[in-house]
Amino acid sequence: MTRQKRSHHKLKRAVAPYLYLSPSLLIIGLLMLLPMVTVIAYSFQNSAVLRRDPSFAGLKHYQAIFDDPVFWASLWHTLYFTCMSVIFHMTIGMAFALMLNSDRINPTLRNILRVLYILPWLFTAVIIAVIWRLLLEPNGVVNSILMQIGIIGSKVEWFSSPQTALHAVTFANIWAGYPLFMVSLLAGLQGIPKDFYEAADIDGAKAYQKLIFITIPQLMPIIISISLLDFIWTMQVFPLIWITTGGGPIYSTEVLSTYTYKLAFSSYNLSQASASAVVILLISLGLTLFYIRYQKAR
Amino acid sequence: MRKRNSGKDKLITVALHVALAAGLFFAAFPIYWMLSSSFKSNTEIFALPPTILPKAFTLEAYAAILGDPVKLRFFFNSYFVAGSVTVLTVLIALLAAYGFSRFNFRGKGSLNTIIISTQTIPPITLLIPFFGLVVSYGIFDTYVALILTYLVFTLPYAILLMTGYLNTLPRDLDEAVAVDGGTSWTALWRVIVPISLPGIVATSVYTFLLCWNEFLFALTLTKSTSMRTVPIGIQLLMGQHAFEWNQMMAMSVLGSLPLLLIYLVAQRYFLAGMTAGSVK
Repeated sequence: MTRQKRSHHKLKRAVAPYLYLSPSLLIIGLLMLLPMVTVIAYSFQNSAVLRRDPSFAGLKHYQAIFDDPVFWASLWHTLYFTCMSVIFHMTIGMAFALMLNSDRINPTLRNILRVLYILPWLFTAVIIAVIWRLLLEPNGVVNSILMQIGIIGSKVEWFSSPQTALHAVTFANIWAGYPLFMVSLLAGLQGIPKDFYEAADIDGAKAYQKLIFITIPQLMPIIISISLLDFIWTMQVFPLIWITTGGGPIYSTEVLSTYTYKLAFSSYNLSQASASAVVILLISLGLTLFYIRYQKAR
Repeated sequence: MRKRNSGKDKLITVALHVALAAGLFFAAFPIYWMLSSSFKSNTEIFALPPTILPKAFTLEAYAAILGDPVKLRFFFNSYFVAGSVTVLTVLIALLAAYGFSRFNFRGKGSLNTIIISTQTIPPITLLIPFFGLVVSYGIFDTYVALILTYLVFTLPYAILLMTGYLNTLPRDLDEAVAVDGGTSWTALWRVIVPISLPGIVATSVYTFLLCWNEFLFALTLTKSTSMRTVPIGIQLLMGQHAFEWNQMMAMSVLGSLPLLLIYLVAQRYFLAGMTAGSVK
């Protein structure tokens, strides 16, 4: 009887984890993995979603995307926007983390500044977009300050001139995103053993030497993994650009997500939009594999 | 030991504080400007030279927002959708995290990898099939459509966060329940849940924020004004009264309140959630 009871118990232990996981797996399978297969299928159909019996289109929609100069412009803008954002998120985040970690500032001031430096992170992309539209209005406060100092001679239409629009949205995104790096690096800095620095002090190391030979190498794993995640997430940008410029003027801030959205919901070309969405998915998956492999190697 | 009184050392300290002040200006000025503009009249916002403090302090923008049932409905929708998703997500994620944390089973490693990688699926990729699904099931422009979609995006994060938390709890606790003849289900509710409150709070906070901030799906899967959430409401306000900047800023302040409050009250949980993706 005890043996029977034990084997019954064993069976329960074997089945239990699947039961606990089943609601999650059901949702992720039905609402995430299945739609991914669906979007791939759509990209090979004529008039996907819109018709009940779509015909097979082959690679036609991919061909159309790759022949479209706006697609290539969007890809380039996405790359520029993403690379600049990640580089500056990292630089600013690192600078703020190092400054806050310095023992030259008083602890109360440090705590207050830490809270204030994180602020940009607390705002939704839509609100960030609205704030920067107000700041960068031709009659707005940024133009008026810059003109007073004499950096610009006349009012600049930051978001509505093709020369400045991409830089302006990138700047707004840099402002909004550095705190992730700052918070993670600050946590990393506190994890570096103090004796490393004490040993360096005994050897008479200068401050910049300690930075290059101790701090940065110790933070490298954090820098790499946050950069990869930031890259993947920044690439998916939508609301910030949608609200500030809508991809314009004349496609100058069109990115992959706004390009795809317009194909789907302005031109109602859902098949071609699916092809474009699949291209974005492939880029993301490539980066994700890279990220997971890096995490596992650690 | 560093000498604290040398002239060069003092200079470095002063330079550091100047840099800190510049950083503060960079980080906080845009937010200050939003706040101060929300208390100005529309003409004062573009006054030359700009007024740093509102010269004629007024609550007219807030009165306009809070007195308009259409806009209040945006807030209700956002709270309702984010609240429902948070409850569902935390419950479902808790079960999954318990499975991950306390059992060994076939396929555990690959399931974990799948869940980590779903975090990086671009929303725009899922938007088109979701649109197709939502329309064909007749739930376009309903709360159900938004709640189901948000659930998919919040669940992977929530599972990872909760699993991470449960892994920090000693296993002897639930083993004690097993020795007494209790099932893993009893152990979960009697022992694990009561001591997991910090993890549950962190997961709830993060889930709520993800939903509160969502834009793309709310834009596409709803249509009538009465179904719109706050982010879409702000965009609509922008389209309708392009020059009512004080109202737009007041709405932005009101739309940021939940995040600011959560951050100030539960900073620790907030940061735990926000950095969760990167720690894994």
